[in-house]
Amino acid sequence: MRVLLHAVPWLAAIAAYFLMPERLPLLSSIAIAALFTVSLDLIVGYAGVVTLGQAAFFGAGAYTAGLLAQNGWGEPLSGLLAAAAVAAVLGLVTAPLVLRSGALAGLMVTLGLGLMLYEAANKAAAITGGADGLQGVEVWPVLGVFRFDLYGQTAYLYSLAVLFVLFWLAKLIVASPYGLSLRGINGNPRRAPALGVPVKTRLTVAYALAAAYAGVAGALLAQTTAFVSLDALSFQRSADGLLMLVLGGLGSLYGALIGAAAFTLAHHALSEASPIFWQFWLGIALIALALYGRGGLMGLLRKLMPRGAGS
Amino acid sequence: MSGPALQTQGLTRRFGAFTAVDKVSLSVAAGARHALIGPNGAGKTTFVNLLSGAIPATAGSVALLGEDVTAAPQHARVRRGLARTFQVNQLFAELSPREAVVLAVSERAGAGGTWWRPVSSMPALRREADALLDLVRFPIAGRDGRTGSLAYGRQRLLEIALALAMKPRVLLLDEPAAGVPPAESREVLEAVSALPRDVAVLLIEHDMDLVFRFAERITVLAQGAVLADGEPGAIARDPRVKEAYLGTMEIGHG
Ligand SMILES: Nc1ncnc2c1ncn2[C@@H]1O[C@H](COP(=O)(O)OP(=O)(O)O)[C@@H](O)[C@H]1O
Ligand SMILES: [Mg+2]
Repeated sequence: MRVLLHAVPWLAAIAAYFLMPERLPLLSSIAIAALFTVSLDLIVGYAGVVTLGQAAFFGAGAYTAGLLAQNGWGEPLSGLLAAAAVAAVLGLVTAPLVLRSGALAGLMVTLGLGLMLYEAANKAAAITGGADGLQGVEVWPVLGVFRFDLYGQTAYLYSLAVLFVLFWLAKLIVASPYGLSLRGINGNPRRAPALGVPVKTRLTVAYALAAAYAGVAGALLAQTTAFVSLDALSFQRSADGLLMLVLGGLGSLYGALIGAAAFTLAHHALSEASPIFWQFWLGIALIALALYGRGGLMGLLRKLMPRGAGS
Repeated sequence: MSGPALQTQGLTRRFGAFTAVDKVSLSVAAGARHALIGPNGAGKTTFVNLLSGAIPATAGSVALLGEDVTAAPQHARVRRGLARTFQVNQLFAELSPREAVVLAVSERAGAGGTWWRPVSSMPALRREADALLDLVRFPIAGRDGRTGSLAYGRQRLLEIALALAMKPRVLLLDEPAAGVPPAESREVLEAVSALPRDVAVLLIEHDMDLVFRFAERITVLAQGAVLADGEPGAIARDPRVKEAYLGTMEIGHG
């Protein structure tokens, strides 16, 4: 029974491939948003470090994979690894700044770093293409076999496969002693060190890990769209990711999947009507969630199914 | 190790102009049953915070098992054998009591950085956690619930179990029975008196019955400084101690 529940999101994702063949780019963007939201769930939901600058890592990964492919190395999997490595190093370097001071100061630092990176990419137009975006990205077939096609079939299945692997890796990590220590630090940062938990080290690793996840998500976007724009680094992306996480529910990883899917679909449907409409409904949804929906959509699901799919 | 388990020299902590702990030199013998008493605001909790490294000292030094740890961070002191409980519960409201003790055990066992296998695949952690909960007589029924919803007395037991999970050589208990309703306090006191004999215990407590039953040595703190230090009988007779507690408490009995 439980195994079946765990299979539901993936079966739904595969069913969508067959049921909505003309919507594959949208589905890809859901998978990528879901991976980005998983990265936020790791650092915000589990480790309890709130960030407004996760897009910095998404963008770093996107430009890494994009630049590699633009400059003659279009092998996608190594592109993902390179993106993860660059983002992780960026995470390791900035973690001390973010974790050093109180929660609010840390939040400001993430915001500041995100804005700085955006502006740097904007100014470095010779490399990044600036506001025009990075052109001429040529990605080789996945595993040397599966070409990126016009319909986005490969793009979707590739994104979904990467999401699947990294989702279960994240599941393993949060269920491990290391993951338990993150929940402990999040739950009581005063008690954790009195149990011998090296709080700084653990949080630094979590920050870099989440950065790597975001970097892979960015790289997926670059590879599947053969394009990188400054949007990858935008504050809007950081904020949307947080909204998806809150909408889906923190700290279960499934919430990240559900939140990303619900947010992206709603955004798509409503902004076709009118962009302002979308903001309006988003605002209402947020207020309703804050007032009644602690635990997000995942929390609601849990209430409906007491022996739920989560955790 | 023949020297003291824990020793401070001139340990001092100031908050602005106010001196909360004032040149305290104190020695806790290996395996000791040592009580630290003193009126509210005497600086006992601050002293424990200095020992554990929760806050830095303004001056003075702390030696743990003969090693200077004055500059060591909290988790490093824990790893060298110093554990504590908190006067006001410091627990993990969202974890179950069993999860919390598993967390403590895994850190002590050096498995806290293990990310490649789930806790559920490490039954030894769970077995040890259960043994610790047994040791403090934590009822089996409440072990998987939410810690935040436990009765206060149960939370105090969990505090002690978490500290014991560190396999400490020195255990600092900051008012373990504080705030526990009388109906539940017996099980906390029993857990305290059943602590392993090879652990040096520094007990802070206001209940003088318990202090005099438990302690083989008593240090009295007043206004941050050591007022008296000695055997329970001598402390009970000390007129300065009586004065420090004047009107607030009866010292000793019989
Ligand atoms: N962080 C702090 N900042 C300022 N004053 C403090 C702080 N912590 C404790 N104090 C003061 O130090 C004194 C000793 O407090 P405490 O150590 O809690 O005493 P006790 O545990 O003996 O009751 C009190 O007067 C208290 O107000
Ligand atoms: Mg106190």
